[in-house]
Amino acid sequence: MKPHCGLALFTIAILLVTRVTFAADITGAGATFPYPIYAKWANAYKKATGTRLNYQSIGSGGGIKQVKARTVDFGASDKPLSPEELQKSGLTQFPTVIGGVVPVINLDGIKAGQIRLTGTVLADIFLGKIKRWNDPAIVSLNNGFELPASNITVVHRADGSGTTFLFTDYLSKVSPEWKQRIGSDASVAWPIGTGGKGNEGVANFVKQIKNSIGYVEAAYVKQSKMNYIQLQNHDGAYVIPAEESFSAAATNTQWDKSTDFYEILTNKPGQNSWPITGATFVLMHKSQMNPAQAAEVLKFFAWAYAQGDEMALELDYIPMPDDIVKLIEDSWQANIQSKDGHAIYTAR
Amino acid sequence: MSKVHSAAKLKRQLLFDRVFRKTTWLFTLIVFTLLAALIGSLIIGSMPAIKTFGFDFLLNAEWNPVTEQFGALVPITGTLITSIIALSIGIPISFGIALFLTELSPPWLRRTLGTAIELLAGIPSIIYGMWGLFVFAPLFAETLQPWLQDTLGHVPGIGLLFEGAFMGIGILTAGIILAIMVIPFIAAVMRDVFEIVPPMLKESTYALGATTWEVIWYVVLPYTRTGVVGGIMLGFGRALGETMAVTFVIGNAHQLHASLFMPGNSIASALANEFTEADGELYTSALIELGLILFLITFIVLACSKVLLMQLKKREGSTS
Repeated sequence: MKPHCGLALFTIAILLVTRVTFAADITGAGATFPYPIYAKWANAYKKATGTRLNYQSIGSGGGIKQVKARTVDFGASDKPLSPEELQKSGLTQFPTVIGGVVPVINLDGIKAGQIRLTGTVLADIFLGKIKRWNDPAIVSLNNGFELPASNITVVHRADGSGTTFLFTDYLSKVSPEWKQRIGSDASVAWPIGTGGKGNEGVANFVKQIKNSIGYVEAAYVKQSKMNYIQLQNHDGAYVIPAEESFSAAATNTQWDKSTDFYEILTNKPGQNSWPITGATFVLMHKSQMNPAQAAEVLKFFAWAYAQGDEMALELDYIPMPDDIVKLIEDSWQANIQSKDGHAIYTAR
Repeated sequence: MSKVHSAAKLKRQLLFDRVFRKTTWLFTLIVFTLLAALIGSLIIGSMPAIKTFGFDFLLNAEWNPVTEQFGALVPITGTLITSIIALSIGIPISFGIALFLTELSPPWLRRTLGTAIELLAGIPSIIYGMWGLFVFAPLFAETLQPWLQDTLGHVPGIGLLFEGAFMGIGILTAGIILAIMVIPFIAAVMRDVFEIVPPMLKESTYALGATTWEVIWYVVLPYTRTGVVGGIMLGFGRALGETMAVTFVIGNAHQLHASLFMPGNSIASALANEFTEADGELYTSALIELGLILFLITFIVLACSKVLLMQLKKREGSTS
């Protein structure tokens, strides 16, 4: 008797679950970087509208593969696809939130924001050319600070990551030698250093290893109370990583002139721009098999742009400026269509 | 009249028996099919990398996702060296534990200790990794690493192994964490096989005036050889494939160093780290080929242990 009872309950449970998931859930997969904010938006959106978002943070590479295979409604990537790539796979993309990458250090007696570095010096440290903290190149930028003669331990990400992509993209822009020897990608052939898994891993290594330098996502600087540096930006000014300097980089980007929002926000002009900034992107098919489902996705992101700014800031992401949101919503209308060529989304 | 089975009942039982036998066959077949499918998909997945890099893949130390130049030398050596460190620390300790538990320990302690070891075997590997990173690595960097460099570091030749800064993480740390993880496995198997040695054999040896050590060495070990080698291989297998714990402490750098203090990489941790963000066919394919190599290494290790046991059996016949 008993096993039958269990079986019946089990069947009922399965039926209930499947019924709930059939109710027009939005599915997405991809980058891990925006996962916390997508999850938060999803939670609030479900309360507001009843529509659920099921987002799997499997990594940008996986997200691109999944959306190409049409197994999810949208993919998410920290690295924008080039217009040619988008063309080839019939995809369109738009940015959702902005974040910053911050070099962090562990030096006895040095507090957050006290050390200044330029992009080329940073590149030389990560190339292993500058080996000690009292190297003339570092000292000349930081007169007045006693820097130890100890070796610099470099910490980088071990896993492939959008954070690494932004960091190496920046170094490639400021150091010709970096561009030629290493290049930029989600993971690169690091000439020196130790790899930590995830932002947590890098943050921990930097905290544990004296005289080390690493780079993490801005949110982790706050969470783990790490010592960030001042970095010289494109205009020659030294800036600290903060909400203002990240959004300055976004507003100093000419989104309206770019094709398919193909913009990497590193080394952007502007007195206040933080030089290692980047947006995270959502990828969708231009021609949608199921327009109703695609409309749900666009509704979700339209809602998030309109209502989600506070939530994003709470989690240390920078929301997209309003004029750029306008551009994005226009691009939906132009680019995302049903199979017979009708626009799925109508701008407000 | 009571227990005479009718023909129909017999027939039914026969049928049931047949169905039962076929079902077990089916289950076995599932395992084989899975294995074949796994090897097949690994080979198919790694074809692009095999075609591009050929045999050089095994000997090339470069791993560059940007230029798509991939070689497996660093992860292969990392995997083998960490596992060998783990076994060279783990085997003597496990042997000691198993001996103590079966031969020397008072009976009341035996059960408590045995359970403790089984519990250790059940701890998820990520716990070992986190403990290794947060607790062991800083301690290691402050105490053992300077000590090792001061003592063994001055020995010519061996000294090379202990050069460099005290970071607390690296190949040696990974090996030690792995040793801690394989000890419960090896010790549990050794204890189980030591227990099946007939008391009569041991008692006769004791009666001849043998010491405990002599009993162990000349009676218990030869009697349980297969089991002991099996236990060690189980531990070796675990060390080769361990992912999370190693990823936390190995340093994850695709670099070859003579020093064990320096960071390195293992096949399993390279896979865990890079698979999610690997874009491009060649990159993914190179990672899959790494998986195939790990599979082959495990297979070779198993095969070697079987051959070793067969050799031992043969010698047994000829000498005694």
